[in-house]
Amino acid sequence: MNYDVKVHVTLKEGVLDPQGSAVKTSLHHLGFAGVEDVRIGKVMNLRIEGTKDSVDGQVKEMCDKLLANPVIEDYTYEIEEVVST
Amino acid sequence: MKFAVIVFPGSNCDIDMFHAIKDELGEDVSYVWHDETSLEGFDAILLPGGFSYGDYLRSGAIARFSPIMKAVEEAAAAGKPILGVCNGFQVLLEAGLLPGAMRRNSKLTFICKQTELEVKQGDTMFTQSYEEGESITIPVAHGDGNYYCDEETLKNLQANNQIVFTYKEDINGSIANIAGITNKKGNVLGMMPHPERAVDELLGSADGLKLFQSIVKHWREQHAITS
Repeated sequence: MNYDVKVHVTLKEGVLDPQGSAVKTSLHHLGFAGVEDVRIGKVMNLRIEGTKDSVDGQVKEMCDKLLANPVIEDYTYEIEEVVST
Repeated sequence: MKFAVIVFPGSNCDIDMFHAIKDELGEDVSYVWHDETSLEGFDAILLPGGFSYGDYLRSGAIARFSPIMKAVEEAAAAGKPILGVCNGFQVLLEAGLLPGAMRRNSKLTFICKQTELEVKQGDTMFTQSYEEGESITIPVAHGDGNYYCDEETLKNLQANNQIVFTYKEDINGSIANIAGITNKKGNVLGMMPHPERAVDELLGSADGLKLFQSIVKHWREQHAITS
C-alpha cells in the first residue's frame, strides 16, 4: 500500500523567527494592518510504501533524525492512503 | 602534526583552511572528501565553512549524515581536537557534537565583516596562546549565525566554561552574544567567525593564527617525549 505523508515543520513557540517578522512587516506595508503574527515553517510531501503502522513509525523516525531539528523545531504529520484510480 | 580538512559538496572555505595550516602554521595538512570513512593518522580535524549541500533543509543538516561524519564522531570521542568554522559549526550542532542550533540572523542580512571577539576562556586547547579576556579581530561571513539554546543549556555552557568566544556587540541576535562554544570535554570547538581568514596582517588581521598555534602547542605537550 502507498501512503501520502504531509510533514509540517514549524519553529517552536518562543523561538524567534526573523523571516516571519520580515513578512509581517511587509504585510503591514500592504495594508493588512490586522496581521499580528507570522511564523514561517515547511511542508514536506512524501510518498511511502508500507503498512500504515510501519509508515507512521518511519515518518516519526525521519522527523526526529533529519526532517526537523528538535532543538528549535516542532513537527506534525498526516498520513493518507493513496487511492489508485 | 597532521591536520585534516573535511570537504563536503558546497564547502568553500576549505582552501583558506588548507592555506592557513600549510603556509601560515607550517604543519602537515590534507583534504578529506566527505565520502571517505577513515580519519586514521590525523591528529586534528577541521570542518570548514561554506554551504554544504546548498544548506538544503537546514544548514549542516545533510552534511551531518556524510560517511566521514562517523569518523569525526569517533575522533571527537577519542579526544582529538575538532574545529568547525561557520558551516562546520552548523554541521557539529546538527550532529549533536555541540549543543544548540542556528537560526537566521536576527536582521536577516548576510553579515560579512571584521568583528571584535572576546576570548572568554584562555585555557582550552584552542585558546591557550591567547590571554583570557583578550580582544581579537576575526571576520564573520554568515546568514545563519544566530545561535540558540534553551536556558538550561545556556546555564550548563556557562557553568562548564564552554563559551569560548563572544561577540563584543550583538551582530546577529545570538543568545549571550555567543560566537564559539566547545563540548563539555573541551576538544570540539564550533565558531561562526573565520580564524583561517585572519592568519596574516595582509588579510587585515593575524589574530586567528594563535588559535591554530594553540592546537599545535597542546598536541606537542601531549606528545612530548618524557624521559
